[in-house]
Amino acid sequence: MTDAATLPPGRTTRLKLDRDGVIKRGLMLVIAAYLFAALALPLYAMLSKSFVTYSFDLTRYEFQVSDETGTIWSDPVSAADLNARLDLFDPDDLRTSTNGRLAVTGFFPEFSFRSPVKYRLRGTVADAPYLVGLDLQNSTEWREFDGNTFRRVNLRPVATAGLQNYRAYFTNPTLLSSIGNSVFIATVSTVLTVTAAFGFAYALNRSCMQFKGAFRLIAMMPILVPSLLPGIALIYLFGNQGLLKSLLMGQSIYGPLGIVIGSIFFTFPHALIIISTALSISDQRQYEAAESLRASKWRTFWTVTIPSARYGLISAAFVTFTLVITDFGLPKVIGGQYNVLAIDIYKQVIGQQNFEMGAVVSVVLLIPAVIAFAVDRIVQKKQVSLLSARSVPYQPRPNRRFDMAMLGWCSLVALFIVGIIGICQFAALVKFWPYDLSFSLRNYEFDRMDGGGWAAYFNSLRMAALTAVVGTVIVFTGAYVVEKIDGFRLGRAGFQFLAMLPMAIPGMVLGLAYIFFFNDPENPLNFVYGTMAILVISTVTHFYTVGHLTALTALKQIDAEFEPVASSLRAPFWRLFARVTVPVCLPSILDISIYLFVNAMTTVSAVVFLYSTHTALASVAVLNMDDAGDVAPAAAMGMMIFYTNAAARMLHAAASRGLLRRTQAWRLR
Amino acid sequence: MTALDAEGLRAATGIAEPYLRIENVWKAFGDFVALRDVSLDIERGEFICFLGPSGCGKTTLLRAVAGLDPQSRGTIRQGGRDISDMPASQRDYGIVFQSYALFPNLTIAKNIAFGLENTRRPRAEISARVDELLDLVGLPEQADKYPAQLSGGQQQRIALARAIAINPGLLLLDEPLSALDAKVRVHLRHEIKELQRKLGVTTIMVTHDQEEALSMADRIAVMNQGVIEQVGTPTEIYRHPATLFVADFIGETNRIETTHTGGAVRVGHAVLQTETHGLRDGQAVVMVVRPEDVLPHAVGYEAEMKPNQLPVDIADMEFLGSYWRAHLNNPEFANTPLVANFSINAVRRFGLASGTRMTVEIPPERLLVFPREGVA
Ligand SMILES: Nc1ncnc2c1ncn2[C@@H]1O[C@H](COP(=O)(O)OP(=O)(O)O)[C@@H](O)[C@H]1O
Ligand SMILES: [Mg+2]
Repeated sequence: MTDAATLPPGRTTRLKLDRDGVIKRGLMLVIAAYLFAALALPLYAMLSKSFVTYSFDLTRYEFQVSDETGTIWSDPVSAADLNARLDLFDPDDLRTSTNGRLAVTGFFPEFSFRSPVKYRLRGTVADAPYLVGLDLQNSTEWREFDGNTFRRVNLRPVATAGLQNYRAYFTNPTLLSSIGNSVFIATVSTVLTVTAAFGFAYALNRSCMQFKGAFRLIAMMPILVPSLLPGIALIYLFGNQGLLKSLLMGQSIYGPLGIVIGSIFFTFPHALIIISTALSISDQRQYEAAESLRASKWRTFWTVTIPSARYGLISAAFVTFTLVITDFGLPKVIGGQYNVLAIDIYKQVIGQQNFEMGAVVSVVLLIPAVIAFAVDRIVQKKQVSLLSARSVPYQPRPNRRFDMAMLGWCSLVALFIVGIIGICQFAALVKFWPYDLSFSLRNYEFDRMDGGGWAAYFNSLRMAALTAVVGTVIVFTGAYVVEKIDGFRLGRAGFQFLAMLPMAIPGMVLGLAYIFFFNDPENPLNFVYGTMAILVISTVTHFYTVGHLTALTALKQIDAEFEPVASSLRAPFWRLFARVTVPVCLPSILDISIYLFVNAMTTVSAVVFLYSTHTALASVAVLNMDDAGDVAPAAAMGMMIFYTNAAARMLHAAASRGLLRRTQAWRLR
Repeated sequence: MTALDAEGLRAATGIAEPYLRIENVWKAFGDFVALRDVSLDIERGEFICFLGPSGCGKTTLLRAVAGLDPQSRGTIRQGGRDISDMPASQRDYGIVFQSYALFPNLTIAKNIAFGLENTRRPRAEISARVDELLDLVGLPEQADKYPAQLSGGQQQRIALARAIAINPGLLLLDEPLSALDAKVRVHLRHEIKELQRKLGVTTIMVTHDQEEALSMADRIAVMNQGVIEQVGTPTEIYRHPATLFVADFIGETNRIETTHTGGAVRVGHAVLQTETHGLRDGQAVVMVVRPEDVLPHAVGYEAEMKPNQLPVDIADMEFLGSYWRAHLNNPEFANTPLVANFSINAVRRFGLASGTRMTVEIPPERLLVFPREGVA
């Protein structure tokens, strides 16, 4: 191609593969195969499912009926003709799901299984499936049935590809209203969360207020609990028997109000981290310049602070928006009759078993998520380039009035966060809210309720531990493959794309995609369906991207020359990997594993479609107990998740510090 | 041993080929050609520098030799083997980068031993070899420190020790000194050269610093925009640059554009003869003179200028420690200023000062003339 124009004719030199090269490519293949099986193929299965409709095609079948002697046969007549003659089914009535069956006796009003009349049936085209009992037939040969057998004959639907599902979706006002609802709550929550988080981040980075450490800690607490926990707290406060119900002045907490308040709670830390990072990289010199120009504080805020933090704000807004619009737990617990997209998927799949429509809603939900993801990626890239090596970090100066105001704001937010968790804790510990507030541990006796009991909690622990270990290995190896293997450019770009993709895929969508892919009996991977393995796989995949980015960042900081040096020393790459790469990246590796652990403990959306009776999970148990009216035990289980995650975080902090001290002595001069 | 000797020896015996033979090597990155038909022979034990401005393809050529990023076309042979498509791990070299690339979490001793540990040698032998290498690079006390605890120069010596630990046939150095400050750099130049001589290892060093190349190399390959412009010993390169680029890149030059007629160029009324051959009459040329080749001849203008003499006025003089730098104006050639380095002796002897009128001489063998590019 271009080579021909610039180089003399000849073959381009390719290095022979050495053992390292073979192993590295093997590794790449393994991880790529993982991402393919755990992500690309399920999504593809889901997407194609959304275009499939099942209906009975009556033109494909022909009948013959005999006289009473069973010897003289009528002329063949198609099922479509019979239908028209008898005026049985509209085209709409013939639409069905994969499992649809249509009894053929319906076409013969005079049918009686005692009669000696016999029937014949054949397909007029190659694909004309019907069941005789449980036996699937598909033949253009006539088959003859006596009355007794004929009543066990059912037509099966055929699949057609098309936009019918989408047409059905977009002409259904109830389903359609969910789009508006979802966008509405996501927008409102985003505005409120980003504002609150900006104020908080501003206080942390730009004031000399006290207790910054404590505020930082409290602000991160929501990450440790499932997103539906604030819903439970809000029910206790403002629900039908809520203590503060009167404060709402007749408004119901069940619906958008509850969803928005709960969403602020669970998205707050995510927005805060992003905005805080953006504010922390601002340049002191700009402020000095503004001051020397005698710009007012207010003007400086709008002309220096906001513009320099704009990428952080945009990014935080999109992340928050995505979190809210794809969240399932909160609307399930406190949404009442208010339908949102994530709930629709759940209802279509679990309630109505209409998988195809579930797939359509999933595709609809993918759109805002993908847009948000794309914008976030673009903005993140720009933000990085803002960072100049020479910028001087901003040093806040004490200012009593301002510091007190900031302290007030942070206290308010902290009170909200601690309050929500405190209410749950309280509700979990009292006998019967709000009538008998004496303490008891009865709500922790999960084995007395439905939802999985203590087994669910231990399943969650196991699942989270497996996810942390397996996930970290996969994610780190994958990032290593992307970052440190030379050549194979196209493969690596595709790989990188697959690794970024999970961020744009809502958990509900992933879960549904897994049903389509893994529950297909023809899939050789079918055996993982209903096991712990599929829960681990879905969780690793769901949270893949953040871990991948963390690992990439760590690997990028490692000298690119290590690999060439090692191969010049004829040391196999895995020695370099084990002795240098992994030890140097150990802090990041620990970060990835704790991130996966905490998220595995709290996640609901993907696994809610995938757990089975013996792999029930704590987070799902919270949902199910709440659904069954056992709200206090649900709160108690939520708190179990909180304790576990808090303990895991502390362990992680201690381990990181210990490891740093022991193995990273080289970092200190 | 110089290249010429080796060539003679090869011709005489008709067998041995050079240790490293780079033949018609091309490298393209997409549409961009980074190396264009590069050929070079390197003898065993030779210290050769790839010298050229940043972006000319030095690292690219080095990486092709190392098997890190293979050439697109052409062959590379090392020690009689064709290594053109051999992966890096099967070639025989040690490499040192500008960044040192020391493993930060391993002690100095472990860093040096990294390559030795593949060789299944007993532990005691490895440790003895590490001590020997630490002695060799002059850092015997540092074995248990981590790289971050050493200075840049010390780190670079450790990187060198690690690279030579496995006794490679070829040592590759990519700008090994550029990250160091000037004083350390000069010192280390010397040490690397010493070490190389002691070990007798064939060495390629990439640098953009001409002083470094001139002081260290047995031979220099001057590169420009993906081609080797000239290969030669430091004095050859300096005294007889083959192209205008080489003349310009190495050392300081005065450049005057003029035309060539009958073995001489004209500057105003002055006629300057040259020993450069192969020029047409009337050809547009650039004449190049190094400041130290402008020799003071006499104070005042000669009544009758001989060939290769020029009347000049000293516009101003700077004292640079070991010599004087003079800026010379010539009323005859449209005031093209000429820079000359005069020895302290000469300045004293002729009593030169700003404003002095004098006659300078440019010997024909020092006058370099190159065709002007793009002009017929
Ligand atoms: N991997 C690459 N992809 C594209 N261009 C490259 C790559 N590596 C080097 N180049 C280009 O090739 C030219 C030569 O680079 P290099 O050999 O690194 O120069 P130097 O002489 O400074 O070592 C430069 O213009 C550089 O931009
Ligand atoms: Mg270079």
